[in-house]
Amino acid sequence: MTASATTRKELRFLLNGPEVRLAECPPTRTLLDWLRIERRLTGTKEGCAEGDCGACTVLVGKLTEAGLVYESVNACIRFMGSLDGAHVVTVEALSEGGSLHPVQQAMVEHHGSQCGFCTPGIVMSLYGLWMRRPDASVAQIEKALQGNLCRCTGYAPIIRAAQAAAAASPDGDPLVVERARVTEALKAIRDGARVDMGEGTDRLILPADVADLAALRAELPGATVVAGATDVGLWVTKQMRPIGPLIFIGHLDGLRRIEETAEGVRFGAGVSYAEARAAIARRWPALVELWDRIGGEQVRNMGTVGGNIANGSPIGDTPPPFIALDASLRLLSAAGPRDLPLEDFFIAYGKQDRRADEIVESVFVPAPPAGAAFACYKVTKRLDEDITAVLAAFRLTFDGDRISDARLCYGGMAGTPKRATNAEAALKGRAWDEAAAEAAMAALADDFAPLTDWRATAEYRRLVAGNLIRRFWLETGGASVRLDRPLAEAV
Amino acid sequence: MNMRKPETATADKPVDHAIRGGVHTALPHESAANHVTGRAEYIDDIPEPAGTLHAALGMSDRAHARILAIDLSAVVAFPGVVGALTARDIPGHNDISPVSRHDDPVFAEAVVEFHGQPVFAVVAETRDAARRAATLARIEYEDLPHAIDVIDALAADYPFVVDPLKLERGDVARGMAGSPRRLSGRFRVGGQEHFYLEGQIALAIPGEDGDVTVFSSTQHPSEVQHMVAHVLGVASHNVTVNVRRMGGAFGGKETQANLFAVIAAVAAKKWRRAVKFRPDRDDDMVATGKRHDFVIDYELGFDASGRIHAVEGSFAARCGFSADLSGPVTDRALFHADNAYFYPAVRLVSKPLKTNTVSNTAYRGFGGPQGLVAAERFIEDIAYALGKDPLEVRRANFYGGEGRDVTPYWQNVEDNIVGRIVDELEASADYQARRKAVIAHNASNPTIRKGIALTPVKFGISFTATWYNQAGALLHVYTDGSVQLNHGGTEMGQGLYTKVAQVVAEELQIDLDRIRVTATSTGKVPNTSATAASSGADLNGMAAADAARQIRERLIAFAAERWQTGPESVRFHANHVHVGDEKVPFAALIRMAYQARIQLSAAGFYKTPKIHWDRATGRGRPFYYYAYGAACSEVSVDTLTGEYQVDRVDILHDAGRSLNPDLDIGQIEGGFVQGMGWLTTEELWWDDKGRLRTHAPSTYKIPLASDRPRIFNVKLAEWSENVEPTIKRSKAVGEPPFMLAVSVLEALSMAAASVADYRIAPQMDAPATPERVLMTIEHLRAAAKAQGTSG
Repeated sequence: MTASATTRKELRFLLNGPEVRLAECPPTRTLLDWLRIERRLTGTKEGCAEGDCGACTVLVGKLTEAGLVYESVNACIRFMGSLDGAHVVTVEALSEGGSLHPVQQAMVEHHGSQCGFCTPGIVMSLYGLWMRRPDASVAQIEKALQGNLCRCTGYAPIIRAAQAAAAASPDGDPLVVERARVTEALKAIRDGARVDMGEGTDRLILPADVADLAALRAELPGATVVAGATDVGLWVTKQMRPIGPLIFIGHLDGLRRIEETAEGVRFGAGVSYAEARAAIARRWPALVELWDRIGGEQVRNMGTVGGNIANGSPIGDTPPPFIALDASLRLLSAAGPRDLPLEDFFIAYGKQDRRADEIVESVFVPAPPAGAAFACYKVTKRLDEDITAVLAAFRLTFDGDRISDARLCYGGMAGTPKRATNAEAALKGRAWDEAAAEAAMAALADDFAPLTDWRATAEYRRLVAGNLIRRFWLETGGASVRLDRPLAEAV
Repeated sequence: MNMRKPETATADKPVDHAIRGGVHTALPHESAANHVTGRAEYIDDIPEPAGTLHAALGMSDRAHARILAIDLSAVVAFPGVVGALTARDIPGHNDISPVSRHDDPVFAEAVVEFHGQPVFAVVAETRDAARRAATLARIEYEDLPHAIDVIDALAADYPFVVDPLKLERGDVARGMAGSPRRLSGRFRVGGQEHFYLEGQIALAIPGEDGDVTVFSSTQHPSEVQHMVAHVLGVASHNVTVNVRRMGGAFGGKETQANLFAVIAAVAAKKWRRAVKFRPDRDDDMVATGKRHDFVIDYELGFDASGRIHAVEGSFAARCGFSADLSGPVTDRALFHADNAYFYPAVRLVSKPLKTNTVSNTAYRGFGGPQGLVAAERFIEDIAYALGKDPLEVRRANFYGGEGRDVTPYWQNVEDNIVGRIVDELEASADYQARRKAVIAHNASNPTIRKGIALTPVKFGISFTATWYNQAGALLHVYTDGSVQLNHGGTEMGQGLYTKVAQVVAEELQIDLDRIRVTATSTGKVPNTSATAASSGADLNGMAAADAARQIRERLIAFAAERWQTGPESVRFHANHVHVGDEKVPFAALIRMAYQARIQLSAAGFYKTPKIHWDRATGRGRPFYYYAYGAACSEVSVDTLTGEYQVDRVDILHDAGRSLNPDLDIGQIEGGFVQGMGWLTTEELWWDDKGRLRTHAPSTYKIPLASDRPRIFNVKLAEWSENVEPTIKRSKAVGEPPFMLAVSVLEALSMAAASVADYRIAPQMDAPATPERVLMTIEHLRAAAKAQGTSG
């Protein structure tokens, strides 16, 4: 712990209006259970307890470099510890005055609810969007609803309601009116102290800063480090694994930096997908579609780039493109940083090159060499909010009309994100033509022996892995071979 | 911002032009404002009585095994646990078979028959403690051979869970022999998880003697009542079941709510404390039944014009370990294997097969969709065999014309409007021109292919269990003129409470907001039928109308006597009662009637006329009437990955004289998208151990907002009126639109077929996941290469 920091023994945050101080809180207590059981705020519903259905959507306001930002999140997998210094807004806040909010009014008038169970979550997702962009496009509305399932309406009336709500201005909205007061209140909570509550496996810690984190990691190698909890949340709600003590890192400014230079971009491990999007869109426009298909909006608001790498999943969405882009990973311990190529981090299924006292600090993604071609394709059963069946990221570097370097990395094809070295070899030194693409496609047979599971058969995975090389070849040749679906502009 | 407040009638200030909220009026759902504010109360939101306990399930991790020993010592020793329940702790019968076959235990005893079968329940101070404790059981098993799907079950000679049904009419052998063309095929149609957003839940509160009150998220409170009584070993009169609303059901809470209600009730009586049982979503998806998947083998005889001469079909269904509702579900599959088409000679048989999987159950359409999609597959195969537009083949086979109105179950189709619906949709969707454009697009686009299809729906309305077609309602008029309405139907989001209240508003000629619908309760209306088979408004609307008419007749008699006139001069209109030249506000008349000691409460009743069905002979009139519709869908498919999108859908649907056009449009839009999910991305996947691996929304993919059609035009056939005197000549609308989504499957097939120049029937199985679409394309490409034709 840094010398100036003190220790605080309670969590502090705002719930709708007032400040809440919690001196006792099990580290794995979810926001949803706390709202429903402790506070009897039952408007927020549990549909799945794994961050997929959105019935539990609430807004969380947090202080960022850009000021106070409200994000939709899944209360079901959000641990209370991550709310220190935040403003939690539930559906109950929207109609506090007794009259319906414009978003609610539009939902009523356009029959946006039938059974009503998903409705509070949908209202909150739409509210979060409306506050930033009342006149959102259909693509933006769909994106805001990627993490909200409705089984009754077929969504059309909900989209109509979202469009109708554009007629009302957010100017008089309580969260707009109260912005200055809330900002001050949140600043007052952020006292720079380490939050340290509970004992043993019930211990909940928010380090004061990154150095404090590194020290804690050495002190508590068995602790679980939690950033967005979009995966760790399920260890608790679904697997009921004992994972305490918990070290929360989502609040650490030192891990939330995005450093953009001509050479590339360094993303701090605590940068959320949502926070990273602008830099991704600027530097790698070919990654935007993938980026917008990671989880739902709530998950992108919570989940972090570092967490997606650190958990070592073979079907994480960011490692394949980052490996194709030749990214490097920086680990940090009390002894200092250690850099390694990202692809070397993934040793085998469930095994990564990370010592118990190390944390993932950041990932550096270099700018592609001049004239390089880059693409990334995610194939899933359902377009949005689905886990990858096959993910392919390709970067070709050219020397004249010859391929000088090929980096083809796949997810979903092996126990780790993995490069297709045989296919890469088949491409190097050749012109990028149909014969080269077909040679690479044929060589894939030696690169992968994928599994059959509920997401796809091995046969389909192999076929698609190859066909995506063909798609890449067609697209780099200028052909339009994609389904016609507009991307959502940033809100 | 204020709610748009309708002008409201009060006793002092009645509105006198017309009532607000009568029938044939577009109105929001009665709970809409409570839905959007989070104030609508679901069972998990009810304040828990002090000391409420929580239950969790202990489930089998074997598909089929003998139980050798159950050791729950670690379970009950877990902090916070009050105790555990196994089969031995059931005071009455360890049986919740909804069809009295005694094949559906609450807890497995000697044998487990599917992976996920409940073996015990643990009851604890908190839900978290119960769930954690449930993982600590040590159960010893001896594995037995298992059969997971229909093909396994047929190979292992597994039994049927109920007797199969055969529908036969005409001479099939002769019809086949005499057909100029014949073809055969096999079609696999997937099952479907309901994915109601509110999972199963029950809250049981013990009372004195044998009494227990149960709040259950159920479509069938009377059945929950009977099951709780049966399992507790008490009389039905001891058990009261209440449900205000469900957060979705779709058939998944017709029988599947029983398990949770009976366990909560047994625990509540045993420990004399309130017990809540809300399983985790994963346990819910594993332990409760789903839509049946089918393997359909068929042979068709037809001629060059596309007209069908003979049909032979076998419908094998994965029923799971017990009968549950598999009998009537597989029956209804056969009842809809004709869809809108006349089969001159036909033999259809069901094979309701036992499997070592969860017992499959009711799901929107109740087997009808699986039958109907087969009928459309027959048409599609014939069209490809003949090189025709499938719509032309459809028309060639529609019911209608001399001797061509009789169904395979010998009911005559007397209200056929499918021709008009299809003609109008063909024109409004510009089908012919768009089909040409799709074919032209495909000729010049090697990678992205399009498909278009226009498919009809004809769906039979009534429970095929004839005795289910009855309903009751209870109506109280209070002395301030406000009305409390209760009926046997349950609200699951479909807007039933709204529609039935509209009926009462119309009958009594009072504004809708003078009527409050209260939670469905077995204590108010007894012996109710499940709210299912799209029947909710048809049955309960009529029962409520009956109750309202009784009140009205009493008031008419009273007014006639009071004003010394004939009953014919008493008229109810716009919150007033007109007696000759007098005009009395409704509430004022009620006050007078009360003082004159007129009974202001009535119990209404209704039973559907005309219907009968003899399963043994396969003949009867199981359906009171048919609901119709048609949809035209256009899709784009990426032939490199099988990914697709639905570009445009046009729907024309028949709701008769709609009670509430906006709510009906909502049923159509929502039903269509749910049907689309069934046929596209929703895939149930069991591993070889019989473990369901798609047991949560992370792995089981229902449609999202971005999956809905890019252009979606939905219209009611406003000219339609039920030929039968149903409630205000409306038609049932819950299930029929679900099957409009068959047009998406066929459009995807057409896009795939384009790679073989439409010469080969794609015969794509459902669900048409991107994988299945790509594999169909690969198969067609290979077949076309073999035949020397390609697109």
